[in-house]
Amino acid sequence: MTESRTTHSKQNGNDAMTSTEQSSHGFDASQLRSSDAPQLNLANEKLKMDVQHLNLFYGNDQALKDINLVIPEKKVTAFIGPSGCGKSTLLRCFNRMNDLVDICRIEGKIMLDDKDIYARGVDVAELRRQIGMVFQKPNPFPKSIYENVAYGLRLQGVKSKRVLDEVVEKSLRGAALWDEVKDRLEDNAFGLSGGQQQRLVIARAIAIEPEVILLDEPASALDPISTLKIEELINELKDQYTIVIVTHNMQQAARVSDYTAFMYMGEMVEYSDTDSLFTNPQKKRTEDYITGRYG
Amino acid sequence: MDKDNYQHHISQQFNKDLAAVRNHLMEMGGLVEKQAADSLDALLKGDTGMAENVLQVEDRINKLEMMIDEECSRIIVLRQPAASDLRMIVAISKAVADLERIGDESAKIARMAIQLAEEGESPRGYVEARHIGAHVRRMLHDALDAFARFDVDKAVEVAAEDDQVDLEYRSAMRSLVTFMMEDPRSITRVLNVMWTLRSLERIGDHARNICEQVVYLVQGKDVRHITSEKMQEEVRKPGKR
Repeated sequence: MTESRTTHSKQNGNDAMTSTEQSSHGFDASQLRSSDAPQLNLANEKLKMDVQHLNLFYGNDQALKDINLVIPEKKVTAFIGPSGCGKSTLLRCFNRMNDLVDICRIEGKIMLDDKDIYARGVDVAELRRQIGMVFQKPNPFPKSIYENVAYGLRLQGVKSKRVLDEVVEKSLRGAALWDEVKDRLEDNAFGLSGGQQQRLVIARAIAIEPEVILLDEPASALDPISTLKIEELINELKDQYTIVIVTHNMQQAARVSDYTAFMYMGEMVEYSDTDSLFTNPQKKRTEDYITGRYG
Repeated sequence: MDKDNYQHHISQQFNKDLAAVRNHLMEMGGLVEKQAADSLDALLKGDTGMAENVLQVEDRINKLEMMIDEECSRIIVLRQPAASDLRMIVAISKAVADLERIGDESAKIARMAIQLAEEGESPRGYVEARHIGAHVRRMLHDALDAFARFDVDKAVEVAAEDDQVDLEYRSAMRSLVTFMMEDPRSITRVLNVMWTLRSLERIGDHARNICEQVVYLVQGKDVRHITSEKMQEEVRKPGKR
């Protein structure tokens, strides 16, 4: 099953997944196990990442249970769910941030294009260049605005001032921050507001041209206007990048994402296109969560 | 989705607000049902007093419409409802418009009743009006019932009834046209009866609209602008959309 599905979705991006075929033949979605990713039609999407039977343990506690999902390319995919449901844990698996946790053990595969990122011999630093991440609290380096953005390139050994200037401007423009900071690039990044800092961190992430950007609650520490700016930015970034976002704010998930996955207690309960999930969810648990009911 | 599910929000106030707006819709439904019945009775019995009464109650229906609309806007802005809650609010605000229009049609019938009673003489077409009227009243009653009980099967049944009403309406029109050709002096009177039949037929259409909202409310499927057969098919399909 795993093998056939993988080749299926990889070799022919225009083909629907097995579960979609089932549902189109009158298959009752409520009968599916949570891991079967019901109701999702990705026929027109190119797939960027593919999570296959992912299990994750912190010591003896299982934090993720047989997660299967695909991340379409150049789309925004949102993970929602109550605290402790495993959405951040799952996100952190995507660029192997959980490697840093000693007691963490992972089974299953996460494919980026056609490579398993957990395979032996994967260069984690290179992986994180391909898959950038932005956290809840803005974490600029205690350096100038310019150096914050140029940092990744300098690490890669780029020395040319001309190249650096170009990339810094392009990245800051990409993060919709250029007009606000172009006259004070040498100022310390800590002098920026929270919202500006967050956009600076996004500029830093896109400066090294990743393929995927992971956003872990990127706007939850920001005021409503800064939040809207970040959301607007996400909308613009998806033309070039594949974006995965974790958010507690369901209206935000509904606004910015193309696909939404609802997780509960370490399981993927429902994964669907965002419109369907928020207007007509198939699982009672999803319904209860997004409408604010106790289950 | 079942009807008791609306009382399980973490926010008690939200439960209360949703219950209130639903109750007001049902109250309005009951009132409109009575208006339709009374206006038709007034017509058939030539009871102008009853017709006058219908015209007075019309105002209350309009006020209820505005109140329910406001409650819906309030819930949207305060709660940003999603999923079944969202569908509930959308369905209510659409159903309310249909109910208000039924109220309008009833008022029109009441006005016809007054005119016809003043002209005296038992006009033609009352048999048809009685028949179509009874049919439409039953539809309206069942549509509201389906809404209150989240009963999709019943909603589909009632919607199919509308086809029957349309047939009856067309055949009544034909016979009334014949009357007018036979006796041109009766044209004014018969025209009034025609307007009444037209209003009754419209009430049937609005009842059908309410049924379509029941399907949307319960299953999340949009079954407007399709035939009754297609609607039946759509409702039976597993999964949604």
